[in-house]
Amino acid sequence: MTAPAPSAPVLSARGVGRSFGAVRALDDVTLDLRAGEVTALVGDNGAGKSTLVKILSGVVVPDAGRIVLGGEPVRIVRPHDARALGVATVHQDLGLCENLDVVANLFLGAEPHRWSLLRSLRMERAARDLLASLDVRIPDLRTPVASLSGGQRQSVAIARALLGEPRVVLLDEPTAALGVEQTAQVLALIRRLRDRGLAVLVISHNLADVRAVSDRIAVLRLGRDAGVFRTAETATETVVAAMTGAGAAA
Amino acid sequence: MNPSLDLPGLGDRRLRLPRPSGGDPGALPVVAGLTLIAVVFGSLNGHFLSSENLTNLALQMAATGTIALGIVLVLLLGEIDLSAGSVSGLTAVVMTVLNVREHVPSGLAVLLALGAAALVGLTHGLMFTVLRMPSFVVTLAGLIGWQGLMLYLLGRDGTINLPFDGPVSTLSDTWLPTWLSWAFVIGAGTVYLVTALLVRRARARTGLPVSGPVPLALRTFGLVAVLAAAVAVMSGDRGVPLTLVIFGGLVVLLDLVLRLTLPGRWVYAVGGNAEAARRAGIAVARVRLLVFVASSVLAGAGGILAASRLSAVNQSSGGSDILLNAIAAAVIGGTSLFGGRGRAYAALLGILVIQSVANGMLLLNVDSSVRFMVTAGVLALAVAIDSAARGGRR
Repeated sequence: MTAPAPSAPVLSARGVGRSFGAVRALDDVTLDLRAGEVTALVGDNGAGKSTLVKILSGVVVPDAGRIVLGGEPVRIVRPHDARALGVATVHQDLGLCENLDVVANLFLGAEPHRWSLLRSLRMERAARDLLASLDVRIPDLRTPVASLSGGQRQSVAIARALLGEPRVVLLDEPTAALGVEQTAQVLALIRRLRDRGLAVLVISHNLADVRAVSDRIAVLRLGRDAGVFRTAETATETVVAAMTGAGAAA
Repeated sequence: MNPSLDLPGLGDRRLRLPRPSGGDPGALPVVAGLTLIAVVFGSLNGHFLSSENLTNLALQMAATGTIALGIVLVLLLGEIDLSAGSVSGLTAVVMTVLNVREHVPSGLAVLLALGAAALVGLTHGLMFTVLRMPSFVVTLAGLIGWQGLMLYLLGRDGTINLPFDGPVSTLSDTWLPTWLSWAFVIGAGTVYLVTALLVRRARARTGLPVSGPVPLALRTFGLVAVLAAAVAVMSGDRGVPLTLVIFGGLVVLLDLVLRLTLPGRWVYAVGGNAEAARRAGIAVARVRLLVFVASSVLAGAGGILAASRLSAVNQSSGGSDILLNAIAAAVIGGTSLFGGRGRAYAALLGILVIQSVANGMLLLNVDSSVRFMVTAGVLALAVAIDSAARGGRR
């Protein structure tokens, strides 16, 4: 395996925090995402994983700390800001239109057109090239997404995130609700994103998946940093201990 | 391990009804139903399949079919327009009042009336998108309110006649000469074939897979055969009615807009998953406004066609079962009530089914009570097919 060289982070959250009413959902959390590296974000329910991803994707605005992209502090206050800065997010619900085919979903809201006429051939060509480059194989790109498997849908959603040529991809629970075989497909796709030099953040509940795909594991507990571990050098028990707070620093 | 992601049907096989290449339950059940209707009524009454009767059928279709086109659009969004009947009546009355009482030239009166219909649709759309009222309630209010306005405009007489030899009435009594009908069939077949060949060549140049020449030849042949049969039948009587050509033209135009343009794609996207469409940057509210305006304008156009056929407007314009038939036609034709699935051709096929059943039963002297029950059965069957197709994918 290629050991990730310690490079400067592409996207960093520095000391970010956010309260919802009286609840401090996230407090003084720092997270670095590096190019060509998969970072897993783990934590128990309510640990603040979703809040952190929402901050990075512009859905939630932090009330403390700052976000640094490529060494420059940036303001991300709307989802549009994140996309414009090259931070793409694949939400857990995927945001696909089940009635539309794969090509239409890939270009949803960004259809190439001339005088309001869709450029169907251009879209289909680009879709084929993109999916082939990711080694995602879907027998018929003209079938509605509704008839695809869960793994294929996840792959389509991830491929769509790549169309904007992002530098960072945030994946929210990409393997939840997938079978064993389909999970393997999606994990293989995540590795391909890393090999393309993207900075990838994967939120997951499943430590086996996290072990299989990540280079680093960032743990959140009760809205606070609970450590960052190199996956290859860390035992699962250590990560679990950090997540649950059992025998701190065991 | 093989890194490929190609694992078709992997432990995840879903029940799927056989579907034509379009990807929806599509036209197959309707075409089968139409064949059945033709066989049953044709054998029960020799007059059903006669040129004269089928030409009458074609004449009867245009008005309600045009209204059904608007319903198809609204259903594609997963919404409903209950006001289409009232709006059709109102538009016809506005047109007639302008034309007959105010002596506005016919063409201008039609345009102004359609403009009024657009305003009505815009009102519905704003109530739906800005006030966030359910479309059911907005258009239910429209159903009652616009009928009220229509009765008010009609005044005490309750009926306004259009001059029999005026342009509006003549519209429904204009028939294509036989040579023009045949030229039209040949033209349509040629345009279809040439376009398909051009698309095929463009696909091949772009390196995309192309379908074989046999399906294309079959489709072209099928299109020409259906058009030729229709022309042959109607030329045996008075000829092809102009109103049918107008309706057919609207169907084709709307189908092209829905399939090939940006707004058309957005209508399907909003109907399929409005939240996903919004997140993808589509102006969902604007799409909805556009659809409600289009629905009312098409309803208005249908109302004008109905007034043209009757040469008059009266208190029952746009009333009775017109709205219900239009909605039933859209659904029977294969438009999903759940939004996002269906094509403009649903209006044509659905209205064919409804008018055939109504017409056949009239010929058999069946009481209207039975006619209603049979129509209900057809509608229930169509929705059952839609639900089964949708359920099979979830």
